[in-house]
Amino acid sequence: MKDKRRETFPRAVFSRPRSLLDVRSHYCPGCHHGIAHRILAETIDRFDVRGKTVGVAPVGCAVLMYDYIDVDFAEAPHGRAPAVATGVKRAHPDRFVFTYQGDGDLAAIGTSEIIHAANRGENITVLFINNTTYGMTGGQMAPTTMLGQKTATSPYGREFRNDGYPIKVAELLATIEGTAYSARVATSTPAQIRKAKEAVRKAFDMQIREVGFSLVEFLSTCPTNWGMKPLDAQKRVLGEISGYFPLGVYKERKQADFV
Amino acid sequence: MKGTAPAPTGTIEIDFERCKACELCVPACPKHCIEMGDRINRHGYVAALFARPLDCTGCAICAESCPDVCIRVWR
Repeated sequence: MKDKRRETFPRAVFSRPRSLLDVRSHYCPGCHHGIAHRILAETIDRFDVRGKTVGVAPVGCAVLMYDYIDVDFAEAPHGRAPAVATGVKRAHPDRFVFTYQGDGDLAAIGTSEIIHAANRGENITVLFINNTTYGMTGGQMAPTTMLGQKTATSPYGREFRNDGYPIKVAELLATIEGTAYSARVATSTPAQIRKAKEAVRKAFDMQIREVGFSLVEFLSTCPTNWGMKPLDAQKRVLGEISGYFPLGVYKERKQADFV
Repeated sequence: MKGTAPAPTGTIEIDFERCKACELCVPACPKHCIEMGDRINRHGYVAALFARPLDCTGCAICAESCPDVCIRVWR
């Protein structure tokens, strides 16, 4: 039966990208890390840079991403991925260098590194996965946790007098002079996934044209630590979280400062 | 449920062992071709099932929304 169908429809229109290894991932059911990994792998294939890419993996759920993406990887201490990527890029300017960081990594422990990497205009690409919690360590409060959200360390909900407001990283980094591209995307509907792919493509393009620092923030889900079903978690991203973290492109440079 | 299309213009294959039963593909399909199945795979998940192949248009929206890249599409 299946083979008969295959004869009727010979053209494969969707299959696993070549840069994404054919293994089962450790991510929880419904976690959007898988979609972000696929978008990244598709973009690596599209620019055909698989042989000269160096990724920098963070501490967080994506710490094992060298098992999934078929490029060279360096592992960074918690939050220090932009600093490691700076070193890799300065030592090998011809390599394509990206970091892939979560919100506990980039927005809490690595705030200083990301701001100064952006301020220096380092020619690297940062994929920032914002799921409003520390996923790997068991759902503690992150700087991006929504007001009122209950986590392991804010059992009565986040309160701004104690914990401040959620940090809007894409807007924050867009104000920095060295940033070439800053965008926030989501991956909760097919249309948003297409837009996210476009944003990652532009961020890659910025590095290949040597325009400067590029960042794409993904609004992701964490069904396990939010205590929700994957579909409810997606609805939360589409409603509450997109309301506070508006999607869009915040900065896009046309050309580099130097000639 | 919605048997409107006269003939399928595409087909998909869901990797039974790799599906984690997150159900994100079920509402993503514009033709409602995918349902949750009733068989449990090796990892203990009740995998999704390509239930109505006759309605499939091969649009690949299900595959785009699958976090585990376990759907392949032909047209």
